[in-house]
Amino acid sequence: MSLMNTVAVSPDSLLQEVAGKYRQRYRFVTMTCTDIGDGYDILYHFDKDYELCNLRLYLKKGEELPSISSIFFAALLVENEIKDLFSIPIRDLVIDYGGRFLLTEDAPVAPMGREGCSRAIDIRLQGAPEEEDK
Amino acid sequence: MPGSKSIIPFGPQHPVFPEPLQLRLVLEDEKVVEALPAIGYVHRGIEKLAEKKEYTQNIFLVERICGICSFMHALAYCQGIEMLMDVTVPDRARYLRVIWSELHRLHSHLLWLGLLADSFGFESLFMQSWRSREAVMDIMEATAGGRVIISTCIIGGVRRDISEELMAEVLKTVDVLERDLEIIRPVVFDDYSVKQRLVGTGRITSEQAYDLGSVGPVARACGIARDFRETGYAAYKEIKVTPVTETGGDAYARARVRIREMYQSIDIVRQAVRDIPAGDIAVPARGNPEGEVISRVEQPRGEVIYYIKGDGTKNLERLRVRTPTFANMAPLLTMLPGCELANVPVIVLSIDPCISCTER
Repeated sequence: MSLMNTVAVSPDSLLQEVAGKYRQRYRFVTMTCTDIGDGYDILYHFDKDYELCNLRLYLKKGEELPSISSIFFAALLVENEIKDLFSIPIRDLVIDYGGRFLLTEDAPVAPMGREGCSRAIDIRLQGAPEEEDK
Repeated sequence: MPGSKSIIPFGPQHPVFPEPLQLRLVLEDEKVVEALPAIGYVHRGIEKLAEKKEYTQNIFLVERICGICSFMHALAYCQGIEMLMDVTVPDRARYLRVIWSELHRLHSHLLWLGLLADSFGFESLFMQSWRSREAVMDIMEATAGGRVIISTCIIGGVRRDISEELMAEVLKTVDVLERDLEIIRPVVFDDYSVKQRLVGTGRITSEQAYDLGSVGPVARACGIARDFRETGYAAYKEIKVTPVTETGGDAYARARVRIREMYQSIDIVRQAVRDIPAGDIAVPARGNPEGEVISRVEQPRGEVIYYIKGDGTKNLERLRVRTPTFANMAPLLTMLPGCELANVPVIVLSIDPCISCTER
């Protein structure tokens, strides 16, 4: 089963497509980001009369994602969340928490990434006794 | 100094907040001119953990996103997996899902009412609503074995049935609740002090509510007739739901919507108990989920959205949850500017925030 009502967009055409959704009186629902190895599968979900419409964007790792928060203000929270959890650089956020929306300085980097919470595990192991000390 | 701005960190620990949320409030004298939320105090990484657990284990995981609407989290998740695996749930199970969903809505709204009353110092209303809530908790324990996290929803149906004797108890409970609501309703609707604190407080327009993506009672209090139960999931196809709306767009309108929704939930429970068919309560689901799907359920605070992506193995590739409080955060940021500092707790509580949900 694949997601219905889904249109592929590129980072270049994203803002134009999203502005089109705004003009058509769609409501912003949320975004979904998935780390797929070499890049990210990013879905933008919109709703009108209970019908969902999705924009699907593939973003290469290291590339910058344009923010849609200047069109849909409500997107700023989930964009900041994605920035924290996946370490994706997002430009032109109307309120940019600078990667500290959810995470603190000593938090894992990109905890929702494929590698997961590697840094958190390192931190925990720092205080653990060495194998020979046990 | 008059006219100067100051920044007050409101929370994360605050007497009226049951969960940690910080609002950085920019004030001019006593007036809020800007508000910025700071969260992350209790983030649990549940979406990541869901990739590590088997898809059947995730039911128990998603129930723990939030205790207050735990059953509906499980329902949204199970519905999504059932869509992916093409499982048709037996009719009796669909009705049982509705009964437990509405009992959850009732106890959630009563919990909220107590917290709201507490936020403006109406302790007897707080105690009365929480006392009434106990009856719902008791009937959940009687029917499901648990008071909060009941774990009855499974992929393919439900784990437990409700006997005829217990159905009669369910009806007795909603009768008692209705009598209690007849005492509570005039207090919330008509009491001078309550109206002084709620009318005009935290007002947003219908247009703002729509543009900012608000959901649930926050949207319906602005006249937006939107309730996902209308689409007919579970047994809502047979039990019709008309969205409860108000037009004030303020904390008072949000309170009125929730009070009226409790009456609606009582009616739905009665209808479900009356019409529930006999038969199986679950069908086996074999195999593993493959593909991607979005499942939506109307929780007490609004619509929850589950994006589920399976790759044919027992582990999911992605589970994403958009909870209603997360959707109502942007409207909250619009409600706060212009209000007095003393009204901040009332406005925040008026959206019925759930930080557990927000910080999955």
